[in-house]
Amino acid sequence: MNGETSRREFLAGAAAGLGLGAIITVRPAHATPQEMQEAIRKIVGSAPVTKGRVKLELPPLSENGNTVPLTVSVESAMTPAEHVRAIHVFTELNPQPEVVTFRLGPRAGRARVSTRIRLANTQTVTAIGELSDGSFWSATAAVVVTLAACLEDA
Amino acid sequence: MANALINVPDRARRGEIIEIKTLISHPMETGYRRSQLGARIPRDIVRLFVCTYNGTEVFRAELHPAIAANPFFVFSTVATESGTLAFQWTGDNGFSATETATITVD
Repeated sequence: MNGETSRREFLAGAAAGLGLGAIITVRPAHATPQEMQEAIRKIVGSAPVTKGRVKLELPPLSENGNTVPLTVSVESAMTPAEHVRAIHVFTELNPQPEVVTFRLGPRAGRARVSTRIRLANTQTVTAIGELSDGSFWSATAAVVVTLAACLEDA
Repeated sequence: MANALINVPDRARRGEIIEIKTLISHPMETGYRRSQLGARIPRDIVRLFVCTYNGTEVFRAELHPAIAANPFFVFSTVATESGTLAFQWTGDNGFSATETATITVD
């Protein structure tokens, strides 16, 4: 080695330095996936959340995170006996995990709602459907965002 | 002051599921942005949207800063009887706006 640092040693050292850097970084300005889980727990309590029955439609690639079309629907007969009570939407990496809560009932006819949301980053969006029998169902969608919301002007 | 656009069918058959589209002009300032001088721009959002059908609530949305400017919603309701659909938005800094639409059900 002639006393010089080999490429392998240098890379190992650099990786260790990066790891250390990650440990000492301060709290990020955005929410984390853990915070999203906490926010979801606040809504569902201790009830289990099952994947399925919910359909979350988002473009896989969004050029402008300031306005991303979102459509969420839940399979339900929407009768007084069995209907969707609410639909909650969460993000992993926005400054706040909560996006919106829709409250519906049998008068809605069908559980399908559209809106436009902001995404601060390329991330996964989660939708949770709350049914009248107390069960919770979820769906996720990944979106690649090229221009992030919150930083640039709309 | 606030400009709202509502799209509700004029007529519907009884029991038909109708689609309602609403849009209101509002900046939905998130409270996370900073001005050019570095000062934080205070939050100014619409927090709640409620739709009532002849006085009965049929749809409600609780908004957070992650809703894009000029909140837009598409939702549905069952045409039960002729009457009025009322839409109300409320938000920060005393923001409040109301719109109505009439529907004939036969």
